[in-house]
Amino acid sequence: MIDVPAVLAGDRLALARLLSEIENDSVAGRQALNLLFPHTGRAHLIGITGPPGTGKSSLVNQLARHFRQDQGNGLPPRVAVAAVDPSSPFTGGAVLGDRIRMMDRSADPGVFIRSMATRGSLGGLARATAGVVQAFDAAGYAIILIETVGAGQAEVDIARLAHTTVVVEAPGLGDDIQAIKAGILEAADILVVNKADRPGVDNTERALRGMLKLAHPGPRVFRHHGRLESSKSLSSESDANMRTDKQTSPAAVWIPPVLRTVATDGQGIVELAAAIARHRAHLQQSGELAQRERARLRNELDLRIQERLVHRWRTEVANGRYESMIDSIMKRELSPEQAAARLVKD
Amino acid sequence: MEERKIRVLVAKPGLDGHDRGAKVVARALRDAGMEVIYTGLRQTPEMIAEAALQEDVDAVGLSILSGAHMALVPRVLELLRLNGQTEVKVFLGGIIPDEDITRLKTMGVFGIYGPGTPSEAYIKEIRQAILGVQPAG
Repeated sequence: MIDVPAVLAGDRLALARLLSEIENDSVAGRQALNLLFPHTGRAHLIGITGPPGTGKSSLVNQLARHFRQDQGNGLPPRVAVAAVDPSSPFTGGAVLGDRIRMMDRSADPGVFIRSMATRGSLGGLARATAGVVQAFDAAGYAIILIETVGAGQAEVDIARLAHTTVVVEAPGLGDDIQAIKAGILEAADILVVNKADRPGVDNTERALRGMLKLAHPGPRVFRHHGRLESSKSLSSESDANMRTDKQTSPAAVWIPPVLRTVATDGQGIVELAAAIARHRAHLQQSGELAQRERARLRNELDLRIQERLVHRWRTEVANGRYESMIDSIMKRELSPEQAAARLVKD
Repeated sequence: MEERKIRVLVAKPGLDGHDRGAKVVARALRDAGMEVIYTGLRQTPEMIAEAALQEDVDAVGLSILSGAHMALVPRVLELLRLNGQTEVKVFLGGIIPDEDITRLKTMGVFGIYGPGTPSEAYIKEIRQAILGVQPAG
């Protein structure tokens, strides 16, 4: 049903159809992913997240353009984009508008953009995003940009999926900076203040650096803050954002840089791409890449196990018994905890 | 666990100045539980066909107010065919004169919904056409 060899050979229609099967969680999609999995693990997965309206889609568009033109060494890498927007919790429908900012990439056959609806997931990605990314990886897209829904505090699934997570902010959100607090900042490998041509950019950057200190407790950020600032004009030195921390680990520690961009006209994109490349090099040199990969795959395995266990349990327990337990809970004869204990013990 | 969603691309080919109608349709399809990919104003047929391919949509809705439909629509249909997406349903909205409707339908346009068409009408037709053609699962 799905032409796996065609997907591997770069057939775009076959890939597009596979992505639909993955999104629909069909048997055919699962089987195809099993066949494709040995071909994955080569791509660099870059997450782009941040509050709504900060310019994530425009930034993704500029990064895709940059990666496609850059390199003086051979063919530029092919770039895939998975752009996630929310599904309505009421109707299940969605309007997916991220492509609007990316339409000038459509003439480039080396760029493949797929819009995804969350379909009930709350972590900022769709449940199928991991599978879609695997399909892109197997199909030979060396750079995969994953754009989350507009995210506030808890939508940190992206940090588990991506190798490099870029958190995008914008001036004018003022005190709302505080709303992002530790959760999403802890997820950040790189912080971007987009729309940096707008008033208030200094305040936003200062607020981010302040929050960064809170997210990285201990003396190390304070001690190295000056050095972080001075390394903003990025040299090719791969350890510009790293330092050695004798107390915690012999390996270099990555301190997220804060960068300014104007995505609408491309300002700061070269520097952002360089920071992404440095982070990639850091992950490889420090051994963290393997750690993250292991954590990510463990997470995916756990999800699959949970799903299977719940599914098997549901098919085994008589529906009448399940419904009568809900009746008992309604009547306050049993607590949900007691009912679950009885149902699962059986 | 498996769930099939209808995916629709809503696009504005040509040089129209506003997209109010297209947005109303996108919203109505969303409220009917479909996933609508919206690509904004001033799209070429090539851009539309490329988006339809990458998004693997079931239907493409084109909104045209400029009078250029007899140039734009055949080109979109041809590109979809060249890409192998022969099963995609193409429907039109906007200002389409009566005398062109028959010709467009002969070319392969599935439905033409002018101003004032109740959303229930086109939603029902689109849903039937898509779920009828492709067996669920």
